[in-house]
Amino acid sequence: MFTFALRRLLMAIPTLLFISLVIFLLLEAAPGDPLGDVPLTVPPDVKEKMRAALGLDSPWYVRYVLWLKQFFWVEPLNLYDYMFGTDHARGLQRVISFQSRQPVMQIIVQRIPQTLTVVGMSYFIGIAIALPIGIYSAYRQYSWFDQIGTLVSMIGFSVPTFFSGVVLIIFFAVKLQWFPSIYDTTHRVTDWASLMKQVRQMAMPVMVLSLYNAAQISRFMRSSMLDNLNQDYVRTARAKGLSETVVVLVHVLRNSLIPVVTVIALGVPTIFGGAIITEQVFKVNGLGQQLITSIHSNDIPMVMTLTFIFAILIVTFNLIADLLYGILDPRIRYD
Amino acid sequence: MKLKTALLGAAAGLAFAPAAYAERGTDGHVNIIYWQAVSTLNPYLSSGTKDVETASLVIEPLAGFNEKGEVIARLAAEVPTVENGGVSADLTTITWKLKPGLLWSDGTPVTSADVVFSANYCMAPDGGCAQLARYEGIKSVEAVDDLTVLVTYDEPRPNPYTAFVGATSPIIQKAQFEACIGTAASSCTDQNFRPVGTGPFVVTDFRTNDVVQMAANPNYRDAAKPAFATLTVKGGGDAAAAARSVLETGEFDYAWNLQLAPDVLAGMEAAGRGKVINAFGTLVERIEMNMTDPSPSLPEGQRSTTAHPHPILSDIRVRQALSMAIDREILVEIGYGSAGRASCNLVPAPEMFASDNTGCLVQDVAGANALLDEAGWVPGADGIRTKDGMRLKLLYQTSVNAVRQDFQAIIKQWWNDIGVEVELKAIDAGVFFGGDAGSPDTFQKFYADVEMYANNFDGTDPEPYLAQYTCEKAPSPTTQWQGENINRYCNPEYDALVVELGRTGEMDKRAELAKRMNDMLTKDSFTVVPLVDRGRNSGHSNTLGGVILNTWDSELWNVSDWYRIK
Repeated sequence: MFTFALRRLLMAIPTLLFISLVIFLLLEAAPGDPLGDVPLTVPPDVKEKMRAALGLDSPWYVRYVLWLKQFFWVEPLNLYDYMFGTDHARGLQRVISFQSRQPVMQIIVQRIPQTLTVVGMSYFIGIAIALPIGIYSAYRQYSWFDQIGTLVSMIGFSVPTFFSGVVLIIFFAVKLQWFPSIYDTTHRVTDWASLMKQVRQMAMPVMVLSLYNAAQISRFMRSSMLDNLNQDYVRTARAKGLSETVVVLVHVLRNSLIPVVTVIALGVPTIFGGAIITEQVFKVNGLGQQLITSIHSNDIPMVMTLTFIFAILIVTFNLIADLLYGILDPRIRYD
Repeated sequence: MKLKTALLGAAAGLAFAPAAYAERGTDGHVNIIYWQAVSTLNPYLSSGTKDVETASLVIEPLAGFNEKGEVIARLAAEVPTVENGGVSADLTTITWKLKPGLLWSDGTPVTSADVVFSANYCMAPDGGCAQLARYEGIKSVEAVDDLTVLVTYDEPRPNPYTAFVGATSPIIQKAQFEACIGTAASSCTDQNFRPVGTGPFVVTDFRTNDVVQMAANPNYRDAAKPAFATLTVKGGGDAAAAARSVLETGEFDYAWNLQLAPDVLAGMEAAGRGKVINAFGTLVERIEMNMTDPSPSLPEGQRSTTAHPHPILSDIRVRQALSMAIDREILVEIGYGSAGRASCNLVPAPEMFASDNTGCLVQDVAGANALLDEAGWVPGADGIRTKDGMRLKLLYQTSVNAVRQDFQAIIKQWWNDIGVEVELKAIDAGVFFGGDAGSPDTFQKFYADVEMYANNFDGTDPEPYLAQYTCEKAPSPTTQWQGENINRYCNPEYDALVVELGRTGEMDKRAELAKRMNDMLTKDSFTVVPLVDRGRNSGHSNTLGGVILNTWDSELWNVSDWYRIK
């Protein structure tokens, strides 16, 4: 197992480097210009000077190697400085966003709380809803609960979040005036009242995303449970006189959770990717919204760094999912 | 009885007191939403109007424009003119005097050194200053004494109100930005995000592309202003969500740039919580004709260059017919409602520069057909005109935008009616306006026959705007496809007028020249076919008072005068 993990980690390094090169080349080939938002009243010679000031007059390989150096050397050095109060990275050029001229890492760190709070919370709530629904749907297959559960899952999966989000806003924010339609990212939770306000402003985005996540996971849970409910050991357990609760929730569930846990682990990087559309609709202004605004304004350093971080997370969590599968299921052995 | 009267009198007096004592910070918090989020608070490094306008709450120029387009003094004691001696008689120098006793928000005095520094900051090479055009043609900026600045131009300047005038050219604090000149400009994140200013507010928290939080400036020059103690500018989402938050849910007090269909806005206004205000500036949605041939059969590097004139559009009768077939009033009704006016002028404002040009406002399909017949274009069996074996077919491109796509569909219908075959193309705005020399879809490359978009000019003087249409400003491979004369219009008479305008000082003669140049481009040659004079739409809550929409400067130009209606 250990050699397997080590081998996968070593393989990941050239994979990630290749991914970063592909992303960079894609961004280079993409049409659009970092100065596209600049008003037409700015004359072209001024725009040329702005372009040069952004470093866009160097050839692409120079810029790529520069980004690699900044990402793998300068940024970790800055992190080291931040943690230990040292000064090694002073004067070294960091990865700077074209749009705001702020170091990209600072922006990402600023945005992580919003994304983790809203999207992370909705992922966990989605799982918390999905598992019981999946279990009961499988146990009482083709019952009313199962049919309704299937219907709601299909709707939750098919209806796009920009539609369900706006419908919720119109209903809850405009008509009922229960929740705010715009998320306040500067809100601090210090006491009960502010916690209630935070809950109220998170309610709608979390509802939208949980529905989507729950739909996916509940189907997985249901099919995995169905696979296991017909096994011989379940019959044996019942014959031994164990109660239904114990049979289902202890024996069958533990075996069914194996594939579901790996699917959940594979889905964790999407939390960081943020739910791009939902963040835009509710103005949660997390990592997803940052990615989309950077793509629109061709902010290449920001897009490169963000997508590369997502690539690292996906590769890591892929490995974690594989290892988890091996740990949870004794029948699997890696060598 | 006396006690009762006295008490009633006291009560009456107290009731009037709040209105008389509007003090700084008494009205609490004001919430503003800019659906394009603010990226930086340094207008000299910014990429969009949202940054310039939000920064105008904190840093101010020496003078600005009011809603009528007149120059008003901000940090300057008065606006220099030739009459009061501020502008020299030969129009080469302008002397600015600062108001005495001005303080930065950190308590230090504002001096002429800060003004000189602001100019040097933007004019520094390698700085990539986005507002360099405001400082064009300046020979020197000197501090004569602590409160006086002398600006000298290379050549006589009839309109000297460019540098230090308007939100695009503010005064920044030398002590704060000293180490940020030139290539260091981008790395000064703290300074760019929290500039020290003289404006009514100071920045307390800034998250790029998200939200700005501000508080009233304790050292603001008017002790009774601003009425609001704190302010937030939130960003993100789209125009519809912003409009909803002001007009329907009441979460925000002011929303900028509500580019929505008129019936959508009217529906939201019906909720009764807020109102939509609009004002007109110089933004004109227009169709540009390509005077050169963009045909893909030409070799790369020769398409859309003056080497090959356009086989169809070189004939003025065709261009005129295309313009005559359009009903501009219907376009306004569908696309902009009260926020648009049909226009035949490239320069619709200020009033003195607006030519008396209304001939195109009435649609004349019969006249258009007659002109095309006269030009020798004969309708074929399928209704499309042909001449010498060539079909009258046009490629019509614009950016992706709901209203623009509506316009394209309608105009295509009208042009079909006069026998023109039209192919439509919509390009993502970031690409269309991007100026990337490698992309075939930019509006400068103009690999199409006609294109539609909107443009305007800064400030109140149209000279640099009209000067864009000279022969040498045509984009071509030699200029990396940069250039403002995208029609590739080349008329020596027009070029001569541009030179003359640059030398004319008196406003009346300038206005006359500008009108002639406008007419040459529009009704005399139909190179530029204006469609709609587009106003700006913004929304504000009914409880917010003092809002005056200003299209000549930042929309937030008079935030210090805003108050809460009780």
